[in-house]
Amino acid sequence: MGARPLVQVKDIVMKYHSLEGETTALRNISLDVFQGQFISIVGPSGCGKSTLLNIIAGLVKPTQGTVFVNDRPVQGVSSQVGYMPQTDQLFEWRSIWKNVLLGLEVQNKLSAETRESVRVLLNKYGLWDFRNSFPRQLSGGMRQRAALIRTLAIDPEILLLDEAFSALDYQTRLAVSDEVKEIITQEGKTAILVTHDISEAISMADQVVVLTKRPGTIKSIHKIVLTCKEHTPIKNREAPEFRDYFNRIWKELDIHVQ
Amino acid sequence: MSNETKDLSPEQTAYLRGVRRDKIKVILSQILLLALLLGLWELAATLGWINPFITSQPSGVARTIVNLYRSGDLFRHVGITVLETVIGFVLGTILGTLAAIILWWSEALARVLDPYLVVLNSLPKVALGPIIIVWIGSGPSAIVFMALLVSVVVTIIGVHAGFTQVDPERIKLLTTFGATKHQILQKAVLPGSIPTIISALKINVGLSWVGVIVGEFLVSKAGLGYLAVYGGQVFRLNLVMTSVIILCIAAALMYLAVVLLERLFIRWQQ
Repeated sequence: MGARPLVQVKDIVMKYHSLEGETTALRNISLDVFQGQFISIVGPSGCGKSTLLNIIAGLVKPTQGTVFVNDRPVQGVSSQVGYMPQTDQLFEWRSIWKNVLLGLEVQNKLSAETRESVRVLLNKYGLWDFRNSFPRQLSGGMRQRAALIRTLAIDPEILLLDEAFSALDYQTRLAVSDEVKEIITQEGKTAILVTHDISEAISMADQVVVLTKRPGTIKSIHKIVLTCKEHTPIKNREAPEFRDYFNRIWKELDIHVQ
Repeated sequence: MSNETKDLSPEQTAYLRGVRRDKIKVILSQILLLALLLGLWELAATLGWINPFITSQPSGVARTIVNLYRSGDLFRHVGITVLETVIGFVLGTILGTLAAIILWWSEALARVLDPYLVVLNSLPKVALGPIIIVWIGSGPSAIVFMALLVSVVVTIIGVHAGFTQVDPERIKLLTTFGATKHQILQKAVLPGSIPTIISALKINVGLSWVGVIVGEFLVSKAGLGYLAVYGGQVFRLNLVMTSVIILCIAAALMYLAVVLLERLFIRWQQ
């Protein structure tokens, strides 16, 4: 691991204003993410974990504090950061090929070279034969893969996944998280995943960050070390340590049904 | 669901045949109902159950159509009305969509104009007839303006509502790519709203006809609305019924044209 973190979140405070008053969504969040790491952020609902992601993406300006990517402060969106929304958000009226080119098109970066790199990605991850299909003709898993390739097409250094699999049914979700993890590892990308699913967080990440309920602060950071042969999200769930991590994080989240 | 093999099982064949038979039954019944109504109307008029002077009768309508055709007036009247409607319809849709784009662009403007749109929408546009005549004069342009007026407000409200319903996550995705507002409009909002715009078109077809016919009632010297009013004034009910029946056919054809346009536009939905 390099000496300098790729993403540095420094003393972030986020306040929201509404007619009812002021809400502090995040308080004193500091976090370092290194090149090639996969970080999961879990927390009770409403703890501001998606807000944190929006701040890192440059979509929202924090009330206080700064996020640095490659030692440069984040001011607005940049193509260093790729964002994966909750649903695949493929445009129904565009073919898969046109969909995966969307980011490049918006950034005016369409060229023979970038098209070629997208072609390679589609080929590598089994979507080339479906390039002329429309999204509704693809299965949920394939759509998610297409959405990931759309994000990878702009060649970001960090991927932000905002509950990215929450719209899928459980079986598809397991398969997709396996695929996505594999692709992200193969492409050598750094990723931050926000989820409310503890198992998903542990099985995919090197590190799990637990946030407290609002105002969200970092409660703990768990380094995930699993002793199993294959490190895929599905296999990881079979590791003996998995349950310990799960129970510890579950207790820390301190969720009560009211 | 889908057929696994090419040769269908006898049950599937029977099912498909049943579906087709049901469809034919409905269509036959529809035609029969029309024939029955026309026949009964004709019979009642001939046998003197009803007074054809007041109610007209199908054979009278047919005669009137032939006469109008021979004098060359048929296509003149139909042509004028259809032209006015198409122009009003197209203008109403284009201007309404443009206004909706402006409102989408500036949320502040949309909020300011909201009560005005609500009032304009609930106002019966026909009441503006006298003002239109004074301002624009009594010609085809006044009629087109009336048709435009009737359809444009509904278009603005409907299409703008469609624009604002575009998934915010989708806009967020484009924003993370660094998209400008213009790109968001062009790549996500407009193409995503085509179904909304088409359903606005379907409503506008009917509304444009209302505008044109009311306009013709008020000012015109030609057209189907004029024929109906004129026929009423000189008590030639055959003429009134004729223009109503032609109107039915023309309006249905125009609606059909919009449905065809819809099929053309949203192939990706099928």
